[in-house]
Amino acid sequence: MKLLTGNDLATGDVIWWAGDGWSRHIAEAVDVGPHAETLAAVEEAARRVNGPYAIDATQGPEGPRPAHIKDRIRAAGPTVRADLAIRPADANRGEWVI
Amino acid sequence: MYKYDEYDQAIVDARVEEFRDQVRRRLAGEISEDQFKPLRLMNGLYLQLHAYMLRVAIPYGTLNATQMRMLAHVARKYDKGYGHFTTRQNIQYNWIKLDEAPDILAELATVEMHAIQTSGNCIRNISSDQFAGAAADEVEDPRPWAELLRQWSTFHPEFTYLPRKFKIAVIGAEEDRAAVKLHDIGLQLHRNDAGEVGFRVFVGGGMGRTPMVAPVIRDFLPKADFLSYMEACLRVYNRYGRRDNIYKARIKILVHEIGAAEYARQVEEEWAHVKTLGLDAPAAEFERIAAFFAPPAFETGLSDTIDRSDPDFAVWLDQNVSAHKAPGYAVVTISLKPTGGIPGDATADQIDLMADLAERYSLDELRITHAQNVVLPHVRKADLYAVWQALDASGLAAPNLDLIGDIIACPGLDYCALANARSIPLAQKISQRFAATQHDLGELKLKISGCINACGHHHAGHIGILGVDRKGVENYQLLLGGSAAEDASLGRITGPGFDEDGVVDAIERAVDTYRSLRTEGERFLDTYRRVGMAPFKEAIYG
Ligand code: SF4
Repeated sequence: MKLLTGNDLATGDVIWWAGDGWSRHIAEAVDVGPHAETLAAVEEAARRVNGPYAIDATQGPEGPRPAHIKDRIRAAGPTVRADLAIRPADANRGEWVI
Repeated sequence: MYKYDEYDQAIVDARVEEFRDQVRRRLAGEISEDQFKPLRLMNGLYLQLHAYMLRVAIPYGTLNATQMRMLAHVARKYDKGYGHFTTRQNIQYNWIKLDEAPDILAELATVEMHAIQTSGNCIRNISSDQFAGAAADEVEDPRPWAELLRQWSTFHPEFTYLPRKFKIAVIGAEEDRAAVKLHDIGLQLHRNDAGEVGFRVFVGGGMGRTPMVAPVIRDFLPKADFLSYMEACLRVYNRYGRRDNIYKARIKILVHEIGAAEYARQVEEEWAHVKTLGLDAPAAEFERIAAFFAPPAFETGLSDTIDRSDPDFAVWLDQNVSAHKAPGYAVVTISLKPTGGIPGDATADQIDLMADLAERYSLDELRITHAQNVVLPHVRKADLYAVWQALDASGLAAPNLDLIGDIIACPGLDYCALANARSIPLAQKISQRFAATQHDLGELKLKISGCINACGHHHAGHIGILGVDRKGVENYQLLLGGSAAEDASLGRITGPGFDEDGVVDAIERAVDTYRSLRTEGERFLDTYRRVGMAPFKEAIYG
């Protein structure tokens, strides 16, 4: 599957395209199929996202999982600061990233 | 310490307001990201993996308690309660919001701080010896010259769009604590045979993709000619540096390609012209700057005796305290490398504490080191125990300066958008693995970069680690034999790379090899240089 991601223009937060808007949680991300480019252009022009780009991911039991570790770290937060993770209570986060 | 005059303050204040307007226009959609990006970078604002990152300049790594407290305030109010001290003697904040960035810069400006020269292809924030003005082995304090360079290079119209970024370091001692030979220009104050003090000029060093140790292009530059000669060095580079290829654009490539002698000849030729332009600072202006760095009023008649009866204190004393030029005083290095910690990170509370200690015990001065530690430069020996107790209570008394636990590590893939692999978890594992044995191993500088850009100085580590991306999986190359000190050298790759646990095991085998081969007084680096790569390679790969 393909996901669309980028950063919130004002806050810099990592965000994922969730079908009807942007979410901070990758679990809510949806497959953008062949529409990544068009969506990215529209959303960037509307200043709802900064630097959008499409990534490959697979659908797993806990939702989409990016193919590249860089995007998994973006999705989860720094691996060395569990307290700053997007979902700090998630004990399986480490395994999901690595 | 230097104090801004009206021009310095006006420049910084104007820059804040200019940036505030640029941010407003970006958020209002009046300018695109393509237009905005170079403007935000000129103000130290990057977009990293998780958020915007702000890099704040700490010119030549020197600051006072008020400035340090401001760094804590920014961490607390605008970030997530911590900051990361970098190998450029700066501080980075990882969680900045674009719409708050102008307010942060405005607050910094109230204490004579800014984020200028922390990005872009300009002359970057000048770096220097963290022991400047305190070191027992110093010929002369390099900071007035670093400050002169700061003023000369700030918004220098000719050098704002160089072929690539440009880094200058200045030292005034024989011992090189600032890695001058690994800078674009390294300057070392020294005394010539006639007893005069001038500069030895190194040009064309650097790390990154093509690491090089800088050759000397002039052994003695009279102080009076300082700026005109710098201008000539930069002009030759600006004219002939490779703008066609980003990987060949640093001055080290130019110096390497045409040769140090030819580069030096061209500089001399250019200098003959530049010298006639009246660019050198008038003696009165230099004296004005230098007066800010006059030695503080050290107390006299102080005792050099230190009570070593607390064994933990004695270990720290032997490892983290250095000789001071004034009797009764010492230089304290606060290690930001607790076992299992994140190298260079400090919480707002820790930053505040260091500010308080500086104010109370170090004549209101602090320094940031390129090894990501903090220095209290002027501590009375009689106060060392009180300082240690306060540090110890806040997790800041790791007694590991220059040991294997004192690891330089860049932010790596946990934060950095350019990274191939994580650096910090490796540093944590290594510091844990060797926590019990590090004192026996002696000086062993271990440096980790998460990509070839080498912000973690891996080429210059006695042991270096470079993170690479092997088909989407983190992999680590191991290097041995580098040094950033006066005996500068570049590390050599041992062989095939490792995964995270594999590289820690490989380091243990290298360290065991050192232990079995070392002779009395030999550091890891000395043994490596004496016996060469072969026994280490054999132990590592079996
Ligand atoms: S060395 Fe690479 S990964 Fe590390 S901070 Fe520099 S650019 Fe980022």
